[in-house]
Amino acid sequence: MHASLFITCYNDTLFPETGRAVVRLLERLGVELDFNPSQTCCGQMHANSGFRSEAFAQAKRLIHLYRDTETVVVPSSSCVAMMRDQYPGLMEELGSDSLRREFETLLPRVYELSEFLIDRLGVEDVGSYFPHRVAYHASCHGVRALQLGERPYRLLAKVRGLDLAPISNPERCCGFGGTFSVKNAEVSSAMLAAKLQDVAATRAEYCTALDNSCLMHLGGAMHRQYLGMKTIHLAEILASTESDSERFPVEVSR
Amino acid sequence: MSLDGPNRVILDPRFAPPFPQAALPVLRNPQLRKNVAHAIDVIQTKRGKLVAEKTDWQALRTAASAIRSHTLENLGFYLEQFEEHCTAAGGVVHWATDAAEARQIVLDLLREEKATEVIKIKNMTSAEIQLNPFLEANGIGVIETDLAEIILQLGEEEPSHIVVPALHVNRSQVREIFARRMGLKNLSDDPKELTNAARTYLRQKFLTIPTAIGGANSLIAESGAVAVVESEGNGRMCLTLPRTLITLAGIEKVIPRFQDLEVMLQMLARSATGERMNPYTSLWTGTTSGDGPQRFHVVLLDNGRSAILRKPRQRQTLKCIRCAACMNACPVYRQTGGHAYGSVYPGPIGAILTPQLMNMEHAQSLPFASSLCGACYEVCPVKINIPEVLLELRSQVVNQERKQAGRIFDPMYIGLLVAHFLFANAGRFHAAQWLGRIGARLFTRKDGWMHSLPSVGAKWTQTRDLRGLPSQNFHEWWSQRDIRRKKETK
Repeated sequence: MHASLFITCYNDTLFPETGRAVVRLLERLGVELDFNPSQTCCGQMHANSGFRSEAFAQAKRLIHLYRDTETVVVPSSSCVAMMRDQYPGLMEELGSDSLRREFETLLPRVYELSEFLIDRLGVEDVGSYFPHRVAYHASCHGVRALQLGERPYRLLAKVRGLDLAPISNPERCCGFGGTFSVKNAEVSSAMLAAKLQDVAATRAEYCTALDNSCLMHLGGAMHRQYLGMKTIHLAEILASTESDSERFPVEVSR
Repeated sequence: MSLDGPNRVILDPRFAPPFPQAALPVLRNPQLRKNVAHAIDVIQTKRGKLVAEKTDWQALRTAASAIRSHTLENLGFYLEQFEEHCTAAGGVVHWATDAAEARQIVLDLLREEKATEVIKIKNMTSAEIQLNPFLEANGIGVIETDLAEIILQLGEEEPSHIVVPALHVNRSQVREIFARRMGLKNLSDDPKELTNAARTYLRQKFLTIPTAIGGANSLIAESGAVAVVESEGNGRMCLTLPRTLITLAGIEKVIPRFQDLEVMLQMLARSATGERMNPYTSLWTGTTSGDGPQRFHVVLLDNGRSAILRKPRQRQTLKCIRCAACMNACPVYRQTGGHAYGSVYPGPIGAILTPQLMNMEHAQSLPFASSLCGACYEVCPVKINIPEVLLELRSQVVNQERKQAGRIFDPMYIGLLVAHFLFANAGRFHAAQWLGRIGARLFTRKDGWMHSLPSVGAKWTQTRDLRGLPSQNFHEWWSQRDIRRKKETK
């Protein structure tokens, strides 16, 4: 099995440990990986901020970069949701026929990480060990756009040592919403406060998700408030094993 | 709670402050936030149970969506059909291009009736055209008969929800308003007692005022019938006791057949109030000699709707049946309530409808008042893809900004253009990452986190920290690993 990684702009810049965890995890499962360092962004930030033509240009660039790949794995459900929900409209409005065809053949080969593990590789137990109490935040794009459903829970259930803590009101948004978090900073913070109450009530040590964007939001507030909880991408939990030299979460030097 | 000064609630998009600013007084009002969260939690729980018991809910959504879409595709045909049948049954149909024309038609009709007072059924369209202040300025007293509307009218409050307009007011506040305005000193906050107070107040009005204004949930094209659904029966009073009835409805309210109500009413009651069936469903066709109002007028309001209809990506906005499920599900509305939206249409549907009704000349902040979480689309009984329309409207607002000179002073606007320039080329992107890492060091504290950032970043760090930038990006790690591996294999 061969797969190409799309590590997305903010994961490359801010959360390299997530990409590294994906590499460790998938290689452990026997997947041969490649990564094209020319990749930048899927265009979601621009599309969601109303910059349609810019978003289209970025989408076009991504399609060209990945057109010859066998399978694309993306450890970010909102970026996959961007491709599934917004690319078709952008292609219809601004794309050429040939680009549209390229996109249509590429899209079915794009997988969010948990989809790739369960639907493509057919595994639930990926040999992980993570002896902590963990709360899973079901991000909006994962739940509603990608309909990930039970996939992340099935993966978490097979992690040895992990104590899964359910979050109340799991379907409720954390208030990040990309540029919404600064354009409507106060409302976003009110939503965050409400979400954080539910997350903190779990008394977990870690809050995990399939989107580092939500985790950056939640984690930023946890750090500000000395909450005694950290965020960690699900890939890092799944990458952790009892014997690995590289235990996650890795401390990234800054 | 209708505060004066900077916190005054303005529900006119032409004058309301932008959403982020209008939300501030609400965010600092614990009573209001508690009232809103409590009320929508109750409705949401009821709705959740009743939707879950319908095994064919998704099929019903598809059917309701198809009925609404089909009607909109053929709106002219069905409206003319409605007019023909309503007229044949004794009704008089009036067409109003905009709010001013609709208000004038209603005023002229009331003057013909020599009305000095009028009773009203709760009706969003009349709020949209700001009918009450207009009639009052022209010497006609308006008496709302919906319990929530009475609370708002007597308390001089503004509505904050389209189905439960006084949702932000709690029981003890209702007691205070009724005690003060009805002169009932010993009134308690027992719901039964409060309802009785309203009933006594209303009965008098029903029996003495011979003219009523109402709305419509559906206009049925094949028969010319009008349907109104409600919970209290006060609407039924207005539909039966008066001599003259004026129905004010948006042109999108028409549905083709009586049979379509089967789908629409199931969706509406469950979505709006979490009931299997609404308590009162009134249907009438024109006038009937010796029974009910003898003079019946329908004012069909366009007010920007046909302009929305012309735009394929936005047309779905008009499928709305005003159930408010979107605002009940919305995590933004849950925090801000309705007043922050600066319009009689709050919540996700308001965020797309209001700017469109304003021809995108006002309320430009509303399409951005959403985290795009998709909860609204998930619950919408007629499958309006609200996030999709929000994005379309956002792009129209940005296109307006592109023409404004002031845009170069907007750090957000400039930031997004710079980001686009960087994303277009990996070399540039990587150079910017490198520069950003150096710049971020200035703000990174010993704990490795940024606690206070300038400009747009300050909006982030007002409530959250940001982890310092890592010394090695993913692509750098990957390249180094690649080099290492190649060496090893040599």
